[in-house]
Parts: sequence; C-alpha cells; structure tokens
Amino acid sequence: MIDLLADVNGNLNAIGYGLAAIGPGIGVGILVGKTQEATARQPELSGKLMGTMFIGAGLAEALALLGLVAGFLFT
Amino acid sequence: MTLKGASLGAMLASGEGEGGMHMPTLDELYPAPFWKIGDWFEFNRLDMIRVIAIAAVLLLLYLGARRTALVPGRGQSTFELAMGFVHKQICEAAMSPQMARRYLPFIATIFFTVLGLNITGVLPGFNVSSNALVAVPLIFAVCAWVAFVAQGIKSHGLGHYLAENLFPKGAPKVMYILLTPIEFLSTFILRPVTLTVRLMANMIAGHFLLTAFFVMTSYLMIEGGGLLKGLGLVTGAVSFIFVLFEIFIACLQAFIFAILTSVYIGLAAEEH
Repeated sequence: MIDLLADVNGNLNAIGYGLAAIGPGIGVGILVGKTQEATARQPELSGKLMGTMFIGAGLAEALALLGLVAGFLFT
Repeated sequence: MTLKGASLGAMLASGEGEGGMHMPTLDELYPAPFWKIGDWFEFNRLDMIRVIAIAAVLLLLYLGARRTALVPGRGQSTFELAMGFVHKQICEAAMSPQMARRYLPFIATIFFTVLGLNITGVLPGFNVSSNALVAVPLIFAVCAWVAFVAQGIKSHGLGHYLAENLFPKGAPKVMYILLTPIEFLSTFILRPVTLTVRLMANMIAGHFLLTAFFVMTSYLMIEGGGLLKGLGLVTGAVSFIFVLFEIFIACLQAFIFAILTSVYIGLAAEEH
C-alpha cells in the first residue's frame, strides 16, 4: 500500500479541478432536467425554454471554468 | 521505447522522452513571435489567426450585405437568417423592440466576431482559438460593461441608477451593510469578469481537450501494441465526436456572450 502511494505522482490541481466540476455538473443536470419537464408540460414553449436554459447553463458552467483557470493560476 | 507489459499509467508518466507523448501545456498558447518591432509590438501565431479570422468575418459580412436586393439571393438570405437570429433570439429576447433595433449593430458585432474567433479552434491548420488569450474576451467584456452602465445612466440618471443597483428596495436599512458590497461586486465587477473568464476558459479547455485526444490517438496508434492500438481507435472516434462538440461550444459561447450582454443592457434600462 505504501509502495503504491509512493508511486502516485502528478498534480493536486487535477483533483481540485475535479472537485470544482462537481457543483456545476449537478447544476447543469438539474437545469436540463427541469427544462425537459417544462417542455413536456408545455411543448409550445420549447424554444423559449431552450434559450433560458442555455443562459443558465452558461452561468453554471462558468463556475467549473473558474476552477480550471484557478488550477492553472495557483501552480 | 517498447511498451510490452507497460501499463497505460506508466506510459503516460514516461511521456516526456524522445518520441513519447507530448501533452499540451499552457506554453502552447504563447508561441514565439515571428515578427517583432521594438519592445512593444510582437506578432505571433495566435495574432495571425486573429487577424485572419477577423478578415474572414469582414469578408463574409461584406459579401452578405453588398448589393442587397428585395428578392434575396442565396448568400443574402443566409446573411438575413443570421441577422434575424441575432435580432429575434438575442436582442428582442432581453430588450424592448425599440432598444433591440438600436442595439442590434452592437450585439451583432459581438456575436459574429466572437463566433469567428471561436471557430478557428476547430478549423484544421489553425487548431487554436485566439480567444484562449484574455485580450479579446476582455475587450468585449469592457465594451459590454460600458454599454450597460451607459444605458443605465441614460435611463435613470447616475444617482438613481446607482441607488437602484446598490440599495435594493425592500431590504431593512441595517442589511445594506451586507447587501451593498455584494451588489456592487456582483453587478459591476463580477459581470465583466465572468464574461471574460467564461469565454477564455472555454476556449482553453476546448483546445486542451482536442489536443490531448489527438496526441493520445497518434501515440497509441503509432507506438502502442495490440490492445493499445484498439484503444487508439476508440480515442480517435471520441476525438471526432469532440470536434463536433467543440463546434457546438464555439456557437454556444458566442450566443451566450451576446445574450448576456443584451440581458445586462435590458436590465439596466428596466423601469423599477
């Protein structure tokens, strides 16, 4: 076990970015799921719902990308 | 370098050597300049890509907009479709019809320029988007910031606009100690910062994703043996899917940048 751990090398930033991606992942999942639900209820609004979904996805995704940039910055 | 018995992990770790796998690093975004005038002016590969992309956008828009006829030809109707998309889906989605007409040139400029600069990230031969550097996203974010603050001041007057944004109505007076700094940060600082970082980081991530897959595929196919060649086939197929995904991301990021700008302008003009 100790030998195995000694062999693990690389950068903690990768783990940090993985952690940073969890929250936005959940967020985008909920977002798309809810949009699907709303579209199923009111198919005639699907265009509008898609538009707002993309705005929300952009906002949620920005957090994951902040994590990516932070990983590069704080090396 | 023989790979018999070597695990994929060891292969990745030993990628530094001759003929190994060269994973992309940030240095790739800062190639050596090939044209230099004095200390201030440099011209490298990304600047060249930027200039070519802008020239292409200008040429396409010129070809679309010259000699506009009442009955549009094929080129003109494509151009009108794109312009109509920006007008209906981006401007009018967030602003009143009169404002949408007034801001259409500004928003359309942002949309087409960002799209043109993004799409070089997947074009063979260019393979990197110059939006992966902070300069162009920052310029557009500053333009968006100036536009929505100017619109807010024009609609409400400086004092009223600041009061509305920094002191939200309905909150108890004591809460302003907490609320005002948060509102100031989120409205005047974080909006342009997230606009910049969203676009830039998307392009960096896209470039690294594609490069990593291409590098891995060629390495596995050339130097891998047996089963690893099969894995190379898989990564090759996946890299093709990711190219399509990156085309989608390039369009989506241009759309999001433009629509967020128009949403901010629309919010600034809104009556309270």
